[in-house]
Amino acid sequence: MDNMRRKVIGTGTAALVAASVPGSLVFAQGTPIKIGMSMPQTGGLGAGGQAALIGIRMWVDDVNAKGGLLGRKVEFIVYDDQSNGANTPGIYTKLLDVDKVDILIAPYATNPTAPIMPLVKERGKLLMGNFSFQVNSKVQHDMWFNNAPWNDARGWSEGFLEAGKNAGAKSLAVFAADAEFQQNLANGAREIAKNSGWNIVYNQNYPGNNTDFSSIIRSVRAARPEAVFVACYPNEAVAIMRSVNEIGLGSQVQIFGGGMVGLQFTPVMQSLGSLLNGVVNFNSYVPGMKFPGIEDFFKRYTERAIAAKVDPLGYYLPPFNYAIGQMIEQSVNATKTIDNKKLAEHMRKTEFSTIVGPIGFDKNGERAKPRLVQTQFRNVKDNDLEQFRSPGKQVVVWPAVDKQGDIITPFDRARKAT
Amino acid sequence: MISIDLVFEAVLFGILLGCFYAAVSLGLSVAFGLLDVPYVAHPALLILGSYFTFLLSKTGLDPIICGLLLMPVFYLIGIALYRFYYETFERRSSDTGVRGLAFFFGIAFIIEVCLILVFGVDQRTVSATYIGSSLEIGEYRFPYRMLVAFCIAIFLTTLLTLYFSKTFNGRAIKAVGQDEGALRLMGANPVKIKQLAFGIATAVNALAGAMLIIVGPVEPAMDRIYIGRTFCVVVLAGLGSMSGTLVAGLILGISESIVMMTFGASWAPAVSFGLLLLMLGIRPQGLFGR
Repeated sequence: MDNMRRKVIGTGTAALVAASVPGSLVFAQGTPIKIGMSMPQTGGLGAGGQAALIGIRMWVDDVNAKGGLLGRKVEFIVYDDQSNGANTPGIYTKLLDVDKVDILIAPYATNPTAPIMPLVKERGKLLMGNFSFQVNSKVQHDMWFNNAPWNDARGWSEGFLEAGKNAGAKSLAVFAADAEFQQNLANGAREIAKNSGWNIVYNQNYPGNNTDFSSIIRSVRAARPEAVFVACYPNEAVAIMRSVNEIGLGSQVQIFGGGMVGLQFTPVMQSLGSLLNGVVNFNSYVPGMKFPGIEDFFKRYTERAIAAKVDPLGYYLPPFNYAIGQMIEQSVNATKTIDNKKLAEHMRKTEFSTIVGPIGFDKNGERAKPRLVQTQFRNVKDNDLEQFRSPGKQVVVWPAVDKQGDIITPFDRARKAT
Repeated sequence: MISIDLVFEAVLFGILLGCFYAAVSLGLSVAFGLLDVPYVAHPALLILGSYFTFLLSKTGLDPIICGLLLMPVFYLIGIALYRFYYETFERRSSDTGVRGLAFFFGIAFIIEVCLILVFGVDQRTVSATYIGSSLEIGEYRFPYRMLVAFCIAIFLTTLLTLYFSKTFNGRAIKAVGQDEGALRLMGANPVKIKQLAFGIATAVNALAGAMLIIVGPVEPAMDRIYIGRTFCVVVLAGLGSMSGTLVAGLILGISESIVMMTFGASWAPAVSFGLLLLMLGIRPQGLFGR
């Protein structure tokens, strides 16, 4: 009798303990699903990359809290590519051959992603793009799906050039770094400008490691353009803005900016402060744009970002990286498989619901409905990070569907406008 | 058609840029030019000086004052570095060139990684009233940050030139690079003299680093951008010549500025190193080398 009693009590206790274990810790038998990528965590893109990584890790934690994918835990493997495209082929070969990942995510940005496209196509692997620009235009991989809110150069530079034309500008200066992304973007802008009647009065490239732009800005000023389109990465963006403020562009310039990566990163915005005023530049998200779930995301993101000492606002990349996870999750749950071909078939014909709005793809794996905005910086004060949380500092001037205000021209007036 | 005004402005700006290149190369001119130490960690210590300036400037001090205050600290770092280098390589081995190169490359990487771990990868800048504004003379505009670099370069070059020519220790430093044995017979300890010189070279990095972060934002991997330019200036100048370093810096700065204006910035590095190759072909000892 005593033995029986002990057994019953023991079994009952075990059942009680098992029932109290949170569901998140209980996974079905089976190996984890491995998702792998490289991310620039150091180098010129490191500031953005580290913030983006928090976005992906948040999704991994969220999905594992819900029981993983197909009842299997998601294991996330990431390496630092140092913002260097020369490192990514080796990293992705390791991810495939050594780590044996099931699903690949591309590194943030064009320059680290472009070199891995042939590898991924050759291996027949699905690749979730991460804010690259036109890396698939020549490779034509049919299992590529880019999370970026743009499609081709039209969606990017068209808005900028349209705003310039509306302000009466007819002449254009273009300068861009000698690198994949910057050249893709600048060539797109040049083609659109030529086809829409612009007179290109200055057209130069510069080495990617250029640290002083006084000579270039001086030459731009001498050419007397009415619009200036710049395609650059973060390190260059800061130096360019300083030179613009020091040398000036001339009172005839109506708009300046266009394709400056870096002016979306909070540390850069904070360091430039009032030098940003008047610049018209692209962005993916600014306060005032509404998407379901995004406010909660930013709240949770900020806590983790402050602890990790990275961009505490995280507007530009993190929610889109979280959206990559959401798309993977929705496809895996719909197809009940991690077979890359089946996932790709599903993604090709699906519009996903994400925290950055609906995402669907065209036949090239780019956004079917681009959602890039052009914003104008206004009333930005020095040394104030919190100001960027409120609408009004980056006013959406294009497209009409997201417009928050009219563009202020010329550039000199916009810099002083309150 | 390029206007004469633009060319003139490019030359003037090139002078400012050249002085900046000269100032960041002076420490290397002492260590590599006078002492034959393969000091490839020089640009990394320059960046370290920039980051220390960034930290100290948070107290409200002007960045230039921060650089001056950091000089004694960097002097001690330089002494410690040289001492380790001497005890480990120069004293024990005849193969100091390659091993010393590896050692200083290692130091450079360690500094870069430590900076990344402590500060992260974001760019750092400092603020001062003269950063972000420019001196306007007619149609010409000269950024004050470049004028500051010009003044620091002139100050450092003058100071070092006077020190090496007018003081016993300075002349001893120049002598140790020429004939260590003879210097020993003069009653000076060559090791202590080299230690002093290395300390001075590293101390100069503190002020040059402050100037670097005044001129533009810095990030830990920036030493790779300056390693080529600084060695180019030092070799173009002729090893060990302070005034030669200034002249070489000016040549590099003016040529880069004119080429950036006429052919585009992509050509500037090629012309700079082309000039170096030309000089090595015509006069291998450099402009002012013996």
